Amino acid sequence: MVKKQKIESGALAQSVNRAWVFDRVAKGIVFIGGISAIVFIISIFIFIFDQGMGFIAEDLKPGEFFGSEIWRPTSESNPTYGILALIAGTASITGLAMLVSVPFSLGAAVFISEFATGRVKEGLKVLIELLAAIPSVVWGFIGLSIMNPLIVQLFDVPIGLNMLNAGIILGLMAAPIMTTIAEDALKAVPDGYREAAEAMGATRWQVIRRVVLPSARNGLGAAILLGVGRAFGETMAVLMASGHAINLPTSPFDSVRALTATIAAELGETARGSTHYEALFTIGIFLLLITLCINLLADLVIRGGWKRRKL
Amino acid sequence: MKFSQTPLDQKNRRNEKLFRMLFMMMAVLLVLPVLAVLSVLIYKGGPALSWDFFITNPTQGMTAGGIWPALVGTMWLVAVALSVSVPLGVSAAIYLSEYAKDNWLTRVINLAIINLAGVPSIVHALFGLGAFVLFFGLGKSILAASLTLAVMTLPEIIVTSREAMQAVPRPFREASWSLGATRWQTIRHIVLPNSGSGILTGIILGVSRTVGETAPIMFTGAAFFLPYMPETVWDQTMAMSLHLFVVATQVPDAPEALPFGVALSLIAMVLTLNTLSIIFRTRLRRKKKW
Repeated sequence: MVKKQKIESGALAQSVNRAWVFDRVAKGIVFIGGISAIVFIISIFIFIFDQGMGFIAEDLKPGEFFGSEIWRPTSESNPTYGILALIAGTASITGLAMLVSVPFSLGAAVFISEFATGRVKEGLKVLIELLAAIPSVVWGFIGLSIMNPLIVQLFDVPIGLNMLNAGIILGLMAAPIMTTIAEDALKAVPDGYREAAEAMGATRWQVIRRVVLPSARNGLGAAILLGVGRAFGETMAVLMASGHAINLPTSPFDSVRALTATIAAELGETARGSTHYEALFTIGIFLLLITLCINLLADLVIRGGWKRRKL
Repeated sequence: MKFSQTPLDQKNRRNEKLFRMLFMMMAVLLVLPVLAVLSVLIYKGGPALSWDFFITNPTQGMTAGGIWPALVGTMWLVAVALSVSVPLGVSAAIYLSEYAKDNWLTRVINLAIINLAGVPSIVHALFGLGAFVLFFGLGKSILAASLTLAVMTLPEIIVTSREAMQAVPRPFREASWSLGATRWQTIRHIVLPNSGSGILTGIILGVSRTVGETAPIMFTGAAFFLPYMPETVWDQTMAMSLHLFVVATQVPDAPEALPFGVALSLIAMVLTLNTLSIIFRTRLRRKKKW
């Protein structure tokens, strides 16, 4: 009898031990998953630098690269790699997109967070989520086949694939992320603030204007930054809707070409290891560095807001 | 004596109404394009859709026929991408939600996730080309394209899964630990079952994003047109998103309804997935026991 009990407890101890050993193993495995994001972001850096390094080391003339608007990588006699026009294209489209979508996104966020209730609120949130779900290539197709003739008709211009078209499309694409993050920021303002203001007799609008918006300032700033990041890195929609013509734009009706679209359009036709191929990777490095700056800045802005709120 | 509104009160009330209207207009104008886009796509692409459209090959230089190979290709890409991103993403979420302490490593991981989510899709494409296609020698293949897509959707899966797990109340875990369960047993039997639907919602959203991505697969494994179907992960494949790009821009003599039909099918897939995740989430919220 006694002996049997001993065996049982021994078996129990063994299975308990096994559980704890397994616990260790599981911890190790999920740790690998945990650091995977770090591994990937570092390898993105390494691999893109690795492919673009040849250009940076041998052919890069910074003055020409950033200062010339002539991007003629396929020229036989005198290939020129100037991305000024591409930077101007990306910047103008992104700027126009922000002009279009910042007021609407923030306005929508205020309405959803402060005014709307019940079904209206849920409905709007779902629709904004669906707006975010529409793939970039479908937006590009809409720009190409719907906005294009519309712009030609409305403004009487020869071609509707231009900065305006791409700007509106990108604005719509960047809006959901801005609305969502701005709404989170507004929601994070403690209700006590609102109640205190309302107790003093402030109307809803006065509360929003004087209390909610100022205390959500950092979150709103981060929302705009992330929207810029989104618009800036967009590829297919811009490629299809912007006209893809190398141009220093002077009006919204000029066709322009973006940095991202250039890579997408030309990478397929270049030979691996050629100067053109490496130049495209160098543009990729440039894009990557700028988006990293935008994201880190947004993170800093958000965290600055947290710190102040804790005080 | 009666309380009457002073002119200032009246002005304030008017202002409030005015701004309420203004913000409502902004919200409505923001969501109106979704409905407009959908109705135009249905109106113009609807006539192209038929059973045959889904199950036949493109013919006559892609000016006629259906989308079958692109449909199958997209499913290949999604399936292979998921088989990588889900285990990796969920284990990352488990680590961050259950094991990670508030230290520098956790902060770096979070920063890496934020930045990974912000990397432009075309840069992911360059990475996929440099790393998977060339360095690991996978060539242009479903495997290389799917791995690129997996890296791209990883942040989304990590973030949603982590949120779902963190929503499980801490007393659930404490009760389990106090019974002598190990951390892993607690995760396996308490945390995961209680956050399963939330994780699934995130995965569905990841799939929806994977289906629509074009730039990352252009140079890593998706082809404009292939006369055969993919059989293994080493083959190239056609894909819905790239197919839309091709018929919209590279096939000038395609009848107008064809690209609209492709666009409508693509967006139908994406929106079905998103609606599914929304339904999941609402049901989840209603059923929540805590």
